Amino acid sequence: MIRVQGLTVRAGAFALENVSFEIPTGCYGMLMGKTGSGKTTLLEALCGLKRVTAGRIELLGRDVTFAKPAERGIGLVPQDGALFTSMTVRENMDFALRIRKWPEEKMRARVAELAGLLDIERLLERKPQGLSGGERQRVALGRALAFGPQVLCLDEPLSALDDETREGMYHLLEQVRTVTGVTALHITHSSREARRLAGCLLRVEGGQVRVTPLAELAAASDAAEARA
Amino acid sequence: MSEPPASDADSKPASGVRVGSDVPFIAGMAFMGGIYILLIVACLVADAGYTTPSHLLKAINTPEIRFAIKLSLITCTLTTIFSLWVAVPLGYLLSRFRFPGRELVEAIVDIPIVLPPLVVGLSLLILFQTLPGKWFESEVARITYAVPSVVLAQFMVAAAFSVRTMRATFDQLHPRQEHVALTLGCTRGQAFWHVTLPEARRGMVTAATLAWARSLGEFGPVLIFSGATRMRTEVLPTTVFLEISVGNIEAAVAVSLIMVAAALSVLLVVRYFGLGVHSSVTEGVAG
Repeated sequence: MIRVQGLTVRAGAFALENVSFEIPTGCYGMLMGKTGSGKTTLLEALCGLKRVTAGRIELLGRDVTFAKPAERGIGLVPQDGALFTSMTVRENMDFALRIRKWPEEKMRARVAELAGLLDIERLLERKPQGLSGGERQRVALGRALAFGPQVLCLDEPLSALDDETREGMYHLLEQVRTVTGVTALHITHSSREARRLAGCLLRVEGGQVRVTPLAELAAASDAAEARA
Repeated sequence: MSEPPASDADSKPASGVRVGSDVPFIAGMAFMGGIYILLIVACLVADAGYTTPSHLLKAINTPEIRFAIKLSLITCTLTTIFSLWVAVPLGYLLSRFRFPGRELVEAIVDIPIVLPPLVVGLSLLILFQTLPGKWFESEVARITYAVPSVVLAQFMVAAAFSVRTMRATFDQLHPRQEHVALTLGCTRGQAFWHVTLPEARRGMVTAATLAWARSLGEFGPVLIFSGATRMRTEVLPTTVFLEISVGNIEAAVAVSLIMVAAALSVLLVVRYFGLGVHSSVTEGVAG
């Protein structure tokens, strides 16, 4: 479970004040909100990349408010993938395992398993430079999942993809959710994406986060489709 | 949308504006900028025309000039190593952290760049006249008017350029990669060594070559702080100065051409790797 209580985070002139919410274990949470509303700041605070001024963050019952990013066990998939360009795809994927000093054989097996799930076996020995947007995001997802995190944070992972690739990624993320049972927080602008993937829905508005019933999302996108 | 009358379409374009040729504008820009390019090339051509291969060979075979070439190569290389030694950490800290006094540190780093070179040399000379400076020279190592002073004089200026280059390199590298490395289990140090530094390698090559080229041409601080003693603290710019002062212009030009050749090859390396920094960074950031 991701539990946030009374969280205050400042980023320049902007702040999230006294934010509280919960995402149950195994739930795929979608986080929506306008540009500049603080979605990424919230995600960074969860990952330990942004200093928290007040409040408490619990991951799976553990208080991690002041824990280092490395100790939180969160897999992070940033917007553009942010792959390590000096490494091959395989080295990106087994990076977290090398840091944990896994034996070579175990590492290869884990990468093979993930590459199978993400359908990127043929890319393993390539450098990230020539990969397409969809391939990059698959590799970024693989890199984040390699060490078996129980929480996954995704910052608009599909925003730069074309519709067809995006459809493939929906399938993939659904599969990841089923196979790993990971608790996720996924930032998106797209109601369609949210409707497709959301197990629960959160909205950031005016420095606050509010858990929204999924039905509201369905109604909103029906209305949008009706207008179109 | 209705078609405009045929007669109108013949005389006026669809936008209603008739524009003149762009050639005069571009030619004007090329002329204004071209004067400078012409001046540089003319200088090099004049240098080359002033000397002959036999002059060059004669110059290279003089023991003093051989010594100066050797000392220049050694001191420039040492200076480059020391410059990177400070530029990588300083560039990284200035790029990644907001700390009190950061602007002050940035301003201090720029001082050797804006200070007149003679003043840099004089300041170093005075530094080693202070009590701690004198103690260092008597107890640790002789600096002033000896070979270490050449390295220190070159380092003062070259390091400032290296810090600027490394700062720009780390600024271009988005911290997102480092953030991901942190979540994957790295300490800040591990993220730096495994992710950031390898991504910054092209910037490091650029910083190193700039430091090398800069220190090859450094003269003012070297003259004041190291003196111009033949076969002792004589580097290539010193040779040019000494040869000119005794009226041996041919030798001065020959040595200058050696430096031009060295500087040009370094410039080519910088351009090759410098462009590489840009493309690899943009590729890395733009998904």
